[in-house]
Amino acid sequence: MDSTYIFLQHYWWFLVSLLGALLVFLLFVQGGNSLLFRLGRSEEERTMMVNSTGRKWEFTFTTLVTFGGAFFASFPLFYSTSFGGAYWLWMIILFSFVLQAVSYEFQSKIGNWLGKRTYQYFLVFNGVVGPLLLGAAVATFFTGSNFVVSKANLTDEMMPVISHWANGWHGLDAFGNPWNLVLGLAVFFLARLLGNLYFINNIRHDGLIARCRRQLVTDAVPFLIFFLAFVAYVLTKDGFAADAESGQIVMEPYKYLRNLLDMPYLLALFVLGVAGVLFGLAKSVFSKTCTSGIWFAGTGTVLTVLALLLAVGYNGTAYYPSTADLQSSLTIANSCSSKFTLKTMAYVSVLVPFVLAYIVYAWRAIDRKPITAEEMKEGEHTY
Amino acid sequence: MWESIDTSMIDWSRAQFALTAIYHWLFVPLTLGLAVVMALMETFYVITGNGFWKRTAKFWMKLFGINFAVGVATGLILEFQFGTNWSNYSWFVGDIFGAPLAIEGILAFFMEATFVAVMFFGWNKVGKRFHLASTWLTGLGATISAWWILVANSWMQYPVGMEFNPETMRNEMVDFMAVAFSPVAVMKFFHTVLSSWIVGAAFVTGVSAWFLIRKREKEFALASMKVAAGVGLFAALVTAGTGDQSAYQVAQVQPMKLAAMEGLYDGGTHQPFTVAGPVKVPEMLSFLATREFSGYVPGINDLLEGGFKQADGTLALSAEEKMANGKKAIEALADFRRAKESGDASAMQIARSSLEKNMPYFGYGYIGEPSELVPHVGTMFWAFRVMVGLGMYFILFFLLVLFFAWKHKLAQVGWLHVAALWSIPLAYIASHAGWIVAEVGRQPWTIQDMLPVGAAVSRLETGAVQTTFLIFLVMFTVLLVAEVGIMVKAVKKGPETAVAPEAESNG
Repeated sequence: MDSTYIFLQHYWWFLVSLLGALLVFLLFVQGGNSLLFRLGRSEEERTMMVNSTGRKWEFTFTTLVTFGGAFFASFPLFYSTSFGGAYWLWMIILFSFVLQAVSYEFQSKIGNWLGKRTYQYFLVFNGVVGPLLLGAAVATFFTGSNFVVSKANLTDEMMPVISHWANGWHGLDAFGNPWNLVLGLAVFFLARLLGNLYFINNIRHDGLIARCRRQLVTDAVPFLIFFLAFVAYVLTKDGFAADAESGQIVMEPYKYLRNLLDMPYLLALFVLGVAGVLFGLAKSVFSKTCTSGIWFAGTGTVLTVLALLLAVGYNGTAYYPSTADLQSSLTIANSCSSKFTLKTMAYVSVLVPFVLAYIVYAWRAIDRKPITAEEMKEGEHTY
Repeated sequence: MWESIDTSMIDWSRAQFALTAIYHWLFVPLTLGLAVVMALMETFYVITGNGFWKRTAKFWMKLFGINFAVGVATGLILEFQFGTNWSNYSWFVGDIFGAPLAIEGILAFFMEATFVAVMFFGWNKVGKRFHLASTWLTGLGATISAWWILVANSWMQYPVGMEFNPETMRNEMVDFMAVAFSPVAVMKFFHTVLSSWIVGAAFVTGVSAWFLIRKREKEFALASMKVAAGVGLFAALVTAGTGDQSAYQVAQVQPMKLAAMEGLYDGGTHQPFTVAGPVKVPEMLSFLATREFSGYVPGINDLLEGGFKQADGTLALSAEEKMANGKKAIEALADFRRAKESGDASAMQIARSSLEKNMPYFGYGYIGEPSELVPHVGTMFWAFRVMVGLGMYFILFFLLVLFFAWKHKLAQVGWLHVAALWSIPLAYIASHAGWIVAEVGRQPWTIQDMLPVGAAVSRLETGAVQTTFLIFLVMFTVLLVAEVGIMVKAVKKGPETAVAPEAESNG
């Protein structure tokens, strides 16, 4: 395979991984919402929390959509196999995001016949289900899924579908493997930590913020347990390796550990990322005036997730392994778009820094003044 | 486990996609149309410094926000349904189709998401001009989004810029510009976006008329009506022009769709255009389809039976012949794979050559009966007439609104206020009728001539798709009812503060 094509595959896996990493950071919206009733003691406090995440939910949502679109464009066989196969897993994630999308705008409006509380429950539902299931879905990149791909089916006029799920659970079987749940829970508690850190950064209310800081400790313990357990599991398990010449998939002991050691820059990213999360967390717990924890923990989250996703895609690794038929496993080489499409899309991706720049600019403009109870009363497009 | 795809599963998958698309399209045209109207109003505010325009713009922005959220939610489901329910499609053409969706995300959605937040929350946080730019950029983001999704849709109607690669068993893009700027995409973009402006304009005009009927917010209502009617008339005229061009393109690239639109079974030269029943305009269909009054327009039977001379001078094949060629293409692909596995280079070459020869008919190989190639004629015929009829109505309607505004009598013409109110649902009906023509007319193809719906679906159980269909139906319906309820209350509440004292002279 020519080197440009190989580079483009790696470039697009990097971009998809970066979008995935940014998405996990932006799940602070969901994590924050999951704490709505735990931290918000009064309607005023809940209003501040909802308005805090409510000014950012569009970014999470858009990143999710763009993550899907970029995956579709660059690795269409994954899009086809995973979404069409793990049907229920993705559908439940989507249902929860649909409910979230309307809940901000609708909850405080007059004529809202479902009632404010219903929409707040929708936010909590999405806040729990979104991170948990997205985490479980990502865990299957390491643990494997139950599908079979056979492109030859295209020549069967009666049954031309090239991939199918090998059991009737269509993605719900992911919960049959406890390690998927472990990463799901780690992502869930991470999202709560990040949500909390964002509240601390974005809201000025002594009582609520004091509770946020206490909650950090409550969520940090299970997060660390689940996250470290998953990391230990991944680094010691056999991995799905693809032979560079033949493309054959084989099980290789300590594959993911070896990937980090073979690509020390990923190990550095990973260590730096974890340190960033811990530093942001510790700083916010121990310093009562610190509001910048979200930026350390957020950057740390992006680096950690990026390192993990790159480790599962690079270095001859099957990023979407099949436990039903090992040779159906997807690698960045066998599931990617054509060289022409990847190259064309690479030109478009030159605009990404520009997009990031205006997002940062607009974000700062909106967050320059923290949210206060007084502002909520002014009613300038308040949820 | 499976011998063939369950046809009921295909139908439920189609129903689910149609349901999501219909609900999505209840919100998108208003987003596109309202964005222009409110951005114009805010521009007047920034230019004149008159707070009246700020309050007016903010009222429409509030309604925009209520509508926007559900549009975003339903759009998410549409994108992912290509994967969840049309997985074979996603593989077969993902190399081409995925790119516009990714570009839409990168270029359009982030623009919308970023600036809609500034638009709503930035009034007291950013400068006047930055805020105005954000309002325009929100609309621009929505419009760029429309461009890319319509590029993707147009490619399904008129696939260009790709080649089938038997090595990878899929179509691959070879010419991005041909995909991104296909003439069908360009025309569809202007037709769809400008017709959405009609919906936005009709909405603003209708809601404003309601205030006049209730004798409230007179100055606000009259000003809003004038701006909206100006936008609406411009949009309705462009929509009519692009509609004519679109129909001409359909005649060239999807003749079966045109025949179904006209309910034309047996075509010929000098074909009249049927308005309805016995009312016909002589030779008009020939002119619209070929730009010649004597032009030949094939009917449904002609297209199934073949044998007529096509525009390029060749004789049209019958459906049976196309199906036979399609089966040859599929067989050649199977031969190619077998030859490749056994390392037989010459057999590979023979198979490849047969495949290339028959590839234009590839999708016909999956068709069981010629009758499957005919879209539902009754639906097509009436949807087309509803769309065109209402399109004409809106030109007249906006002209009347502007005429009475020019005569300073807009506040007095009660019948026009009632008509304006009823024009809101008519605009939605027209817009949906247009999509019904476009999408029902594409059946049975997901991609014209390349992949029928039966070969594009995911391999799921019917029960699973039925269940998600019902969940979506309930969820979207509840959200729609909630949205309409909130919208009605927001309208009844009116602009936040009294906009201005009522001016007697502004009749």
